[in-house]
Order: sequence, then structure tokens, then C-alpha cells
Amino acid sequence: MPGSNGRELTLAQAIREALAEEMRRDSRVFILGEDIAEAGHPFKVLTGLVEEFGTDRVLDTPISEAGFTGVAVGAAMTGLRPVVDIMFGDFVTLTMDQMVNQAAKVHYMSGGKWKVPMVLRTTLGATRRSAAQHSQSLHAWFCHVPGLKVVLPSTPYDAKGLLKTAIRDENPVAFFEDKMMYRLKGPVPEEEYTIPFGVADIKRAGDDITIVATSSMVQVALGAAKLLEEAGISAEVIDPRTLWPLDEKTLIESAKKTSRVIVMDEGYGRYGVVAEIASVIAEGAFFDLEAPVKKMGAMHVPIPFSPPLEDATVPTEQSVFDAARAMCG
Amino acid sequence: MATAVDRSPLDSKTEDELWLRVYRRMVTIRLFEEQVNDLYTRALMPGLAHLYIGEEGVAVGICEALRPDDYITSTHRGHGHCLAKGATPDRMFAELLGKEAGYCKGKGGSMHIADPATGNLGANAIVGGSAGIATGAAFSAKRLGTGQVSVCFFGEGALGQGSLYEVMNMASLWKLPVVYVCENNLYNEYTHFSEVTAGDILARGTAFGLESEAVDGQDVRAVHATAKRLVERARRGEGPALLLANTYRYHGHHVGDVSRDYYRSKQEEQQWKSERDPIQILSAWLTAQKLADAASLGQIQAEAKAEIDQAVQFATAAPYPGVDKVAQDVYAGE
Ligand SMILES: Cc1ncc(C[n+]2csc(CCOP(=O)(O)OP(=O)(O)O)c2C)c(N)n1
Repeated sequence: MPGSNGRELTLAQAIREALAEEMRRDSRVFILGEDIAEAGHPFKVLTGLVEEFGTDRVLDTPISEAGFTGVAVGAAMTGLRPVVDIMFGDFVTLTMDQMVNQAAKVHYMSGGKWKVPMVLRTTLGATRRSAAQHSQSLHAWFCHVPGLKVVLPSTPYDAKGLLKTAIRDENPVAFFEDKMMYRLKGPVPEEEYTIPFGVADIKRAGDDITIVATSSMVQVALGAAKLLEEAGISAEVIDPRTLWPLDEKTLIESAKKTSRVIVMDEGYGRYGVVAEIASVIAEGAFFDLEAPVKKMGAMHVPIPFSPPLEDATVPTEQSVFDAARAMCG
Repeated sequence: MATAVDRSPLDSKTEDELWLRVYRRMVTIRLFEEQVNDLYTRALMPGLAHLYIGEEGVAVGICEALRPDDYITSTHRGHGHCLAKGATPDRMFAELLGKEAGYCKGKGGSMHIADPATGNLGANAIVGGSAGIATGAAFSAKRLGTGQVSVCFFGEGALGQGSLYEVMNMASLWKLPVVYVCENNLYNEYTHFSEVTAGDILARGTAFGLESEAVDGQDVRAVHATAKRLVERARRGEGPALLLANTYRYHGHHVGDVSRDYYRSKQEEQQWKSERDPIQILSAWLTAQKLADAASLGQIQAEAKAEIDQAVQFATAAPYPGVDKVAQDVYAGE
């Protein structure tokens, strides 16, 4: 990371700065979604953008996720660069035909003639006491579909650089932000930078065990790594940052080095991101592994409201610590 | 439905040329589709095909009211729209046969012809799936000030899709230059539309503030006159429209749908063919106006037939894409 000269931004500010910079750089970029103009989005991520760019480029839509995602697909095909805002990740269900059957396939079906350079930004993450329809992490659905790219930043620095890359990409990109991390602060330099897709980041180097973690789970993994260090176990924490394209090489190399791997992601474990990454590692590093790859995703239940129940559905520092200790034992 | 055509913007020579060109296009589409039927029944064409025969007046009447750079989106029953917007039969056939020389390098097939050169954003096999795309293209046209208009073709079956009304609402709010063309051929696959469509179709458009009109889709001159008015109105920035074109498909829902007695009678089919055929209606008018006679119309038919025959030969001889192409084009810029 280039020196930030001590400047720190929250993840929300980093997202906003990326959008503002890209909108200044390229007049084709515009944002559309619900309550995003004067309201600046319910999470206040977009506050101030409408003042600079006007309601033509920060466009309040009706509550019509399928409709305005479809409008974005058509606008992207014909010369604009839309950034769709889906207020909660749970509502991507309503956009699926447009993302899966339209955006993802237009380029291939047309033999490479039409392109869909658009970004769909939305949230993931539980533990906000929002219950089953406002807490899901559904990014794996998008990973399953050829033609889409999927981005999950875990720090303000990554969020800004990856979002700028997403907006400049020629393909439909789904960009998931952990709503619990919007206030997380981190260094972000003043000067322009972008982060390429398909390059994992080693958030913490270590020798005894690899913890692959995404988005909200990176902080949990880093906390667990600290506990493990006190117990004499050196954990390496790797964030793939983009789930497609996926930096398989870095993950496999780390697995070969440490010989033990935990994979964490806040999506459901079954048929999910953790299952896919575990299989990539099992195939790529099988003969170097001392233990089966351990998957830690969200528990396979609808997210409950009651705080003690909800907390039980996601991996914690303690549960990761316990799993790692058992594997290294 | 009145069939008076506004003659004022055209001098009579270009007007005559227009209707002869329209005739040629409609005949070309019909011959194209008959050839598709033939190839399919002889097992020379993979997949399935939804024929546009009987509906030619809608696509041609509307596309003749468009600029070359205006956009269309099409449907699973899309060959007629694509040809009417300027696609050529040779590359169309090549696509239908899955050949590399096809419009989409063989990756799209019958239901997904797309062609930026003729403003064709693509045919869509999700019923109602292109309403967003057509509206988004109109959004771009307005934002970029290009003066383009976008036409969204869909069958009356798409009236059951909620996203259609979502985008009509936005098109009206934002005054987008888009014309939604509902081709009511009476059947959603094998079910009469009246069994699944409540209320008044045009009222659905007016509810959102769309200029909404119905037209006899078998009368290409009426289609053209209405389309021209709605398209130019949209181009002037006066907002979107819904055009309901009442029409009929002569063949089955797709080429394999041959026993149709359980959903419609042979007599009904025969009546449309003998009394409401769009090509016959136009040729009768051309003859009555002395713009053509049996010989000159026969000449056009022969030329169209030759073009189709050549196109089939081209497509049949064209090579399939190499299997190494299968993973190409999944992502742009790779
Ligand atoms: C979303 C969706 N549902 C169902 C189908 C299957 N299907 C294909 S065509 C069709 C009927 C379409 O009727 P209409 O829109 O009137 O068009 P037409 O075939 O009459 O031209 C159906 C149900 C589909 N392709 N997409």
C-alpha cells in the first residue's frame, strides 16, 4: 500500500470518494437506486454526491429493483456506465433475471458484440439485528454465473481501489459491501490508485496455518490470528478480494507453505464460497496438507432476529481460534 | 381501424418506393421463415424456431419508421424484427445453423440475434426480458442527446411480467424516447391471451401516462402511420408510447407445434390466412393504386426467393466455430 500520509477514511467515505472521482473523470458514469440523491442512501454512504453531480447523475428510482437494474443493463450497452445501488443485499433476488439472464450473457450471446460495463453495489452481513430479510450475504449466487465478476472489499483502502477498477471494467461487476464495516477506519492515500481484480492480499503473514477470509470475516480472522499468536500459533490471513476472478495461485501457495487452511466467508457454507475455495485448495495443495480444509461460513438457517441467536450464526474470533488450535494440535 | 396514411412528408415517388420496399421486406421475411420451417422439418436445423409468419406487417411497418441507428429489442419470435431492422438473410441463417459466420458467431442462435450495426440490441428468450434493456437504451439516447429512439417488441404474453410496468413507470417519469410494441397474436404459447389477461391492455399504458394506441397489425400501412407518429413524438422528447398491434401467427408456437386443435381451430387459422393476410392486403392495395401489377410483384418475389436460396447455401456451406472458441467472449476485454 502506498503511504497514506496518515489520512484515514471510513469504508463508507472510501466508497463515496471512489464514486466521486470516477464521476469526475468520466461523464458517462452515473448512479441509480432508491433514496440515494438527497437522502444519500439510508446508510449515508452517498451523502454529498447529488450536490456535486446533480439529480441527473445521482438518480432516485422507484422501488423497482428488477426494472432499474434492467434500465442499467440497457444504458451500459449503449454508451453509459451505470452504478446500480441495491439498498440491501437481500433485494438482489429481485434483480436476478436482469443480472443472470441479461447482463451476464449479453456479451457471450452476441458473439462479443455488445458489452455491459455496469456495477451493481449492494451489502452483505448479519449481526445488525435486522432479521432474515435484511441480513443475508448472497454473493455466492453471482459467483456461480459466468459473465459476472464479484468483488468483496474488506478495508477502506481496498474498497476505494477495487470500486474504481469495477467502474472501469467492461463487464458487469457485483460489488458487495459489509454494512457493519461502513464505519471501519483505515488508511487511504490522497493520490489516485486502483487495485487490479484477481489479486489476493496477504493481510497478515504467518507460517503455521492459513486463514482465507473475505469481507466481514477478514477482521474476525485477524482477531483470531492475534489470539493464536498468544497461543504460539502463527496464522497467515489472506483476502482474495475478488471471488471472480479468483487468485487461486496465492491461495494454493500459502496452503502449501502452512499445510493447514481455514476458509471463512459470511455467505452460507453449503454450496457456497467457502466450499469452492476449499476445493480449489484441496485440488491444488492436497499433498502438502496436514489436515482437511476447514470451512467456516454462516450457519445454514435464515438469519434470526434475537441477538444471541443471530450471533450464533456467524463465525467468531473464538470459534476460529478453537478450530485453528484443534487443527494445529 | 382507419387505414389513411399521411402522405404529406413524402413526395409520391419516394412514397411508391417505400411501399414496394415494404412489400419486398415482408415477402423476404415470409420466405425466410418458410425456409426455416423447411430446414427444421428436414432435421437440418438444430434447436427450435418460433416463426413470425402472419405478423410481418408489424415488424416492417414499425422498422420502416425508424432511423438506421434507432434501437430495437426483440423476442424469441424475432427473425422478422431483425430482418426488418436490416439484418441480412445469409448471416441470419448462418446464426440459426450455429455457424461462425452468423451474427453472433453461432453462440446466440435463433432466439438471440443481435447486431450493433443495425441497432439491434438483441432478441431475448426471457418473456419480457428486454423491457429494461430497451428502456435503458432510451435512457442513454436521452442522456447523450443522440436523438435515437428505442423500440421494445414483445408478445402479449409479456403483459404478465411485472418488470414491464416498472420500466414503463420510469420511462414515463423520465420522458424517455421508447415505444413499447405489444404484438398481440392472441396466444401465449398454447393459451388464449384472454384467459390470462385481465382488463384493457391499452389502459395499462395510459395508467402510466404513455401515449397508448391500438392498430390493425395486418395492415402494414396503418402500422407504419401509427408507428411514425409515436416514434417521432418520442424523438421530439414528448415521451414514451405503447403501441398494441393486433395480429396472428399462422404456424404453431414453435416449428414442432403441429397439432393445435386443442387450443385453436383450423377454421380460425384459415380465416386469418384468407381474409387478414398482411402481404395480400398490401399487394391488393399496390395493385389498386397501380403501383404494381402481378408481373412486378412476381418479379419481387422471385428476387427475394433467389436471395433466400443463396443465403441458405451460404449458411449451409459455412463452417462451424472451432471448439476452441467455446470459452471466448464470456468476458469483454479478455
Ligand atoms: C420468463 C419466461 N417464462 C416462460 C417462458 C416460456 N415461453 C416461451 S414463449 C412463451 C409464450 C410467449 O407468448 P407471447 O409473449 O405472447 O409471444 P408469442 O410467442 O405469442 O410471440 C412462453 C411462456 C419464457 N421463455 N420466459
